[in-house]
Amino acid sequence: MDLIIILQAGVASGTVLLFATIGEIFAERSGVLNLGVEGMMLIGAMTAISIALVSGNPWLGLLLAMLASALISQIHAVIAIQFRADQVLSGLALNFAAIGLALVFGEGLSKAGALPLLPRFSIPLLAEIPVIGPIFFTNQSVLVYLGFLLTPAAWYYINRTRPGMHLRAIGEFPAAADALGINVALQRHLYVFAGGALAGLAGATISLAVSPGWFSEMTTSGQGWIAIGLVIFAQWDPLRAAFGAYVFGALRRLILDIQGPVMLLGLANPFFYNPYWGFFLQMVPYAFTILFLVIGSREAMRKRVGAPAALGLPYVRGERGL
Amino acid sequence: MSATASRSRRRWSFPWAIRVEPRMAQPRGFGTAVSLGAVLLALLLGGVVLEIVGGNPLRAYGYMLRASFGNFGVISDTLVKATPLILVGLACTVAFRMRLWNIGAEGQFFMGAFGASAVVLAPLVPPDTPAWLTILAMMVAGFAAGAVWGFIPGILKARLNVNEIITTLMLNYIAIAWVNFFIFAVWTEGGFQMSRVFPKTAWLPRLADYAEQFSQLRGITLHLGLLFGLVAAVIIWWVLDRSQWGYEVRLTGDNPRAARYAGIRIALNTVLVMMLSGGLAGLAGMSEISGVVHRLQGAISPGYGFTGIIIAWLAKLNPLAVVPVSILFGALILAGREIQPSGVPKMIQGIVLVCLIASDFLVRNRVVIVRRSPEA
Repeated sequence: MDLIIILQAGVASGTVLLFATIGEIFAERSGVLNLGVEGMMLIGAMTAISIALVSGNPWLGLLLAMLASALISQIHAVIAIQFRADQVLSGLALNFAAIGLALVFGEGLSKAGALPLLPRFSIPLLAEIPVIGPIFFTNQSVLVYLGFLLTPAAWYYINRTRPGMHLRAIGEFPAAADALGINVALQRHLYVFAGGALAGLAGATISLAVSPGWFSEMTTSGQGWIAIGLVIFAQWDPLRAAFGAYVFGALRRLILDIQGPVMLLGLANPFFYNPYWGFFLQMVPYAFTILFLVIGSREAMRKRVGAPAALGLPYVRGERGL
Repeated sequence: MSATASRSRRRWSFPWAIRVEPRMAQPRGFGTAVSLGAVLLALLLGGVVLEIVGGNPLRAYGYMLRASFGNFGVISDTLVKATPLILVGLACTVAFRMRLWNIGAEGQFFMGAFGASAVVLAPLVPPDTPAWLTILAMMVAGFAAGAVWGFIPGILKARLNVNEIITTLMLNYIAIAWVNFFIFAVWTEGGFQMSRVFPKTAWLPRLADYAEQFSQLRGITLHLGLLFGLVAAVIIWWVLDRSQWGYEVRLTGDNPRAARYAGIRIALNTVLVMMLSGGLAGLAGMSEISGVVHRLQGAISPGYGFTGIIIAWLAKLNPLAVVPVSILFGALILAGREIQPSGVPKMIQGIVLVCLIASDFLVRNRVVIVRRSPEA
């Protein structure tokens, strides 16, 4: 069991969570809580496989996966923004509908043949750096590198650009943003759309790069929910989100790999000799999500940081409230 | 909508406009009519999807109707499916009334099944215990195990303000892995992924048990769990709508600030409501394994916990309305088992929830088409 190899695979696995988490950060920063991430990821994973199989082109699969998830996110956007429904329920509704649709359209995909995958390569020079090179820059999927670029780009966009400032304004104080002439409803639609596209990208990352194939609901196995938890842990900051995502990615890989070797740290590996302990290992990512939430909540209480002030609240011009 | 109104200020405009205004008074039965309309729309949309994937929606729906209400026997099967749904629907209703988003009824259901099984398999009671006592012990254990699973997110929410949506959902996965550990490793029967069959003393009485006296009851699997559901519905209705505690719960849900000023102990009630909610879901798990499956195994729920969310909402959080709505969804789940592709019932449930939540807009608002005055 080579730690470097586990961490290398962990970075790839964490990329899935990274895309989903940053997508949800965009939606929540604009004031829209979207609990449909799991469903949108499943739609993305299903679309990516279907299109890649039919066309033989994984890139087309990736693109249409993003489009499909972004379009389905607008169900939630319309109900939450235009119809001003409760965003928790609306997001759950989107989640269930999207999971159902993905299962119906994905029927039989698990028996499909060889899947064209996205390319993997090493970055010349950077791969030479000791430790960091093999973990981050050697033989990774192109999507992993996209994740490295997306994280700082998202941070810069939110914190240093004018549209990013508008994004924060509509999430914190939509009435003020409205008074400045920002179209709150339109912007919120767009950020939910972007969040959907990134959730679709996350789904496609699973099915075309990290663990290729279609395993119905087990394709995502709750990672969309972990992403929503990570948003809270990350305090709506893409850089903290990346940290959390890669930690969880490494954790997932560690759990898969720890059962393999006969010896562990010079001792007999208890997970090898008691294969049923694997069920407790399976619980670890979910238990860690709760732990991360507790840590995040305590820190938020202490530092008095919190969710975007208008998160979950519909904006109606002229009504009292935020 | 406001966007349409502002755009109309320029030159030519469409002579009619859609205006949305808050609805002050509702005609009697309007809410129910809109909900029914939403369900019909959802079935229609589901049919369109079935058509796209190459199914025959009319035949599928006709088949579903016959397979769930066609004769006395299948009506009994429908009620058997509705039994756990009533209890998880009530579990979600209790929590949602306080605006606590318990998405973890699925995990609480599994823990309830585990707790009830432990009574027989651990065993917590001696094997020669009379049936009524065994079943009572299983009910208590199932309720308690579910309540523990509700206590964890409840206390985290009350003490540390940890988002209960995520914690309850994460606990679902943990509960399923927990039950899997026991059916694979501890209580496995001959290496199969299930426990041994419970002794007859741990079975809830079924109508078929009386086939010797009444021959028409032969093969009717309806069991005592349905009575648990009906009694629980009445109790929960009384607690929520008639008791002082229920008033506190509803007030906290509708207006937490007012509740705090009124001196209601919100943190305590958060924990209690989550435990009651989890306990009800746990009781559903107990009723399912004691009344239907008669052993602990992995595939005991086709997502009952999630269907409970939809049921609670379709019943407008009214505990008594949960019963008929659960029967409807029991039929859907029963008939859906044989429909291909297998995701269809899940998809229809999801679309029902989408349509239902969207349709609420019509209940809260009037949509009127008005003629624009020329100067506008």
